[in-house]
Amino acid sequence: MRRCNDIVHSEWMAGGGIGIVADLFFGLEVILNGLMAGVLYSLVALGFVLIFKASGIFNYAQGTMALFAALTLVGFQDGQVPFAQLINAVFGTDIHHFGWNLPAIVAIVFALCMMFVFAWLVERLVLRHLVNQEPIILFMATIGLAFFMEGFGDLMWGAEIKDLDVGIPQGGNIWIEEKTAFLGGDDFFGFYIDNLDIWATVLAIALVSSLVAFSQYTKTGRALRAVADDHQAALSVGISLRTIWVIVWTIAGLVALVAGIMWGSKSGVQFSLSLIALKALPVLMLGGFTSIPGAIVGGLIVGVGEKMFEFLIGAPFLGGATENWFAYMLALVFLVFRPQGLFGERIIERV
Amino acid sequence: MFYREAGDFKDSYAAELQSFPIAFDRWCYFAVLAFAFLAVPFAVNDYWLNAVILPFLLYSIAALGLNILTGYCGQVSLGTGGFMAVGAYACYKLMTSFPDLSIIICIILSGAVTAVVGTVFGLPSLRIKGFYLAVATLAAQFFLVWLFNKVAWFYNYSASGQITAPERTVFGIIITGPNASPAAVYLFSLVFVVALAWLARNLTRGSNGRKWMAIRDMDIAAEIIGVDPLRAKLSAFAASSFYVGISGALFFAVYLGAVEVTEAFGIQKSFIVLFMIIIGGLGSVFGSFAGAAFLVLMPVLLKNVMVGEFGWDTGLAAQIELAIIGLLIVLFLILEPHGLSMLWRLLKEKLRLWPFPY
Repeated sequence: MRRCNDIVHSEWMAGGGIGIVADLFFGLEVILNGLMAGVLYSLVALGFVLIFKASGIFNYAQGTMALFAALTLVGFQDGQVPFAQLINAVFGTDIHHFGWNLPAIVAIVFALCMMFVFAWLVERLVLRHLVNQEPIILFMATIGLAFFMEGFGDLMWGAEIKDLDVGIPQGGNIWIEEKTAFLGGDDFFGFYIDNLDIWATVLAIALVSSLVAFSQYTKTGRALRAVADDHQAALSVGISLRTIWVIVWTIAGLVALVAGIMWGSKSGVQFSLSLIALKALPVLMLGGFTSIPGAIVGGLIVGVGEKMFEFLIGAPFLGGATENWFAYMLALVFLVFRPQGLFGERIIERV
Repeated sequence: MFYREAGDFKDSYAAELQSFPIAFDRWCYFAVLAFAFLAVPFAVNDYWLNAVILPFLLYSIAALGLNILTGYCGQVSLGTGGFMAVGAYACYKLMTSFPDLSIIICIILSGAVTAVVGTVFGLPSLRIKGFYLAVATLAAQFFLVWLFNKVAWFYNYSASGQITAPERTVFGIIITGPNASPAAVYLFSLVFVVALAWLARNLTRGSNGRKWMAIRDMDIAAEIIGVDPLRAKLSAFAASSFYVGISGALFFAVYLGAVEVTEAFGIQKSFIVLFMIIIGGLGSVFGSFAGAAFLVLMPVLLKNVMVGEFGWDTGLAAQIELAIIGLLIVLFLILEPHGLSMLWRLLKEKLRLWPFPY
């Protein structure tokens, strides 16, 4: 049985897959897995786009928000005592767990509430004081925020790697493998697709459609679009910017939670989860900072592109691990020809 | 009382244009220089050198470089770590390929190599602006680090993938390698810092600096009044990378000694240097130093208090440190978005009247 988890995919290909490199189906499988990875990139990029559209803030903390959300979720699920390490250090006690386990759904609700509180605090304590600052200052503030949340999250829930299990099935989808096995020859056992990736795709589609429905058919959604279009005009017709910001950051928190659950189930909840923000940046550049479809299409392009590049050129000729920079280079070259990204708003400059 | 220009008459244009027009400032500057060159070398020991002074000096150079690009020319770069790696590896290759070449020339040449690489990665800045550019410079960061990891030629095919600084001397005194004395290393770095700071100050107030600032304030308007954006932007990238490269070379040669590229020049370096210039103040030479001092000293202080005073676990202390740094950055941006250099300027304004009300 060919088994390759997405993350160790490249190493695996470099090692055992050489004999069947010519196999067209294997290439197809790479594309499929790239698409699935792309969905996860899109999820993170989506959070960026939402906040950028609504407040013009380039929110570097999106990745850390995913980490924080996942940490909180695990913490609630396992009944961890927040700040246990700190309390132990200060009072010399030895506490770590409350001794109960919450069902996943309750923990998710609690984690969502936490993200709402976080959104409210960010608006209240940070954004409110930074109105009218230059974009670069706001960007820096979100980097500061990311540092803070990283330290704070670890402080609250401990820094060790945690398993996240909310009941999403994992491992290869047997059904797809069996049904597609007849396509190839003797050495082809059917497409390997992780159940988790399928779930991620389904969830991402559900999330995006509900977001679109929300912004098209509700009053709040209309207000969100108005703010995204023109802050001043939105203010002048009586839309409260501050409320909108809290809502947007909460939605971004929700998106971060979903992304955190997906990535966390895949590779454990740990510091490196926050680095998915770095994966989402080239996606944003490709798709344009202001476009939700752009985030999705960009994510898919990056996902497929980097897997294909690694498969065709990176692993055989360049020594592998090209996934770290390929997306950036792709975006860079692409931007030289189209500076606003695929679907970004046309940049008009006036003197 | 002392800090005022009244009575300080200038009788030539040169005197009018000097860096420190106020006599008190000038004397303070000379006093600091004298202290740094004459007093510190006798007092410096290994702990202070490696924990505080050397990181401060070397980060100051990198911050100066990034400030030229971001503060003066308005092009945000997140590729600093990658360019530092270029400087370090260029220095290593030069040191090992030409063992007789003076280390001073090696370091300056590695700055020049970095300037070339920086210019190449600066080319997209003509088309890409703002955040798009910031993200685009990340391409440099990831690509360069990957390159130095994968291409064995850069680390001379060593088994560990690390590069190690061979021993080199200047005027017969050992500068690099484990046997160098703290005072020698300190003075060597200090000479670079002072020379580069002097150069930065004069670059940025000359015609180049004015062109950069015009581009920063609005590049289209600058183009209309006759600033060539190609030359201005690329020269800023080149100058900035030169500084950053020298900083990287010094990081490798005199500070770390042995370097593993992902560890030493990862994306964290890029962020730290960016924080330094934001906290210190964009578009200010003093700010680069102040920011570097702040971000080097604060973690040391926090660590000493938490681990030394309270006896907490180092892991816990590291988490709290991270949270506090983040908090301080946000706080700084809210209270004084123009950084420490603005506070310094305000202080000097106050000083001019002090202690009299007017």
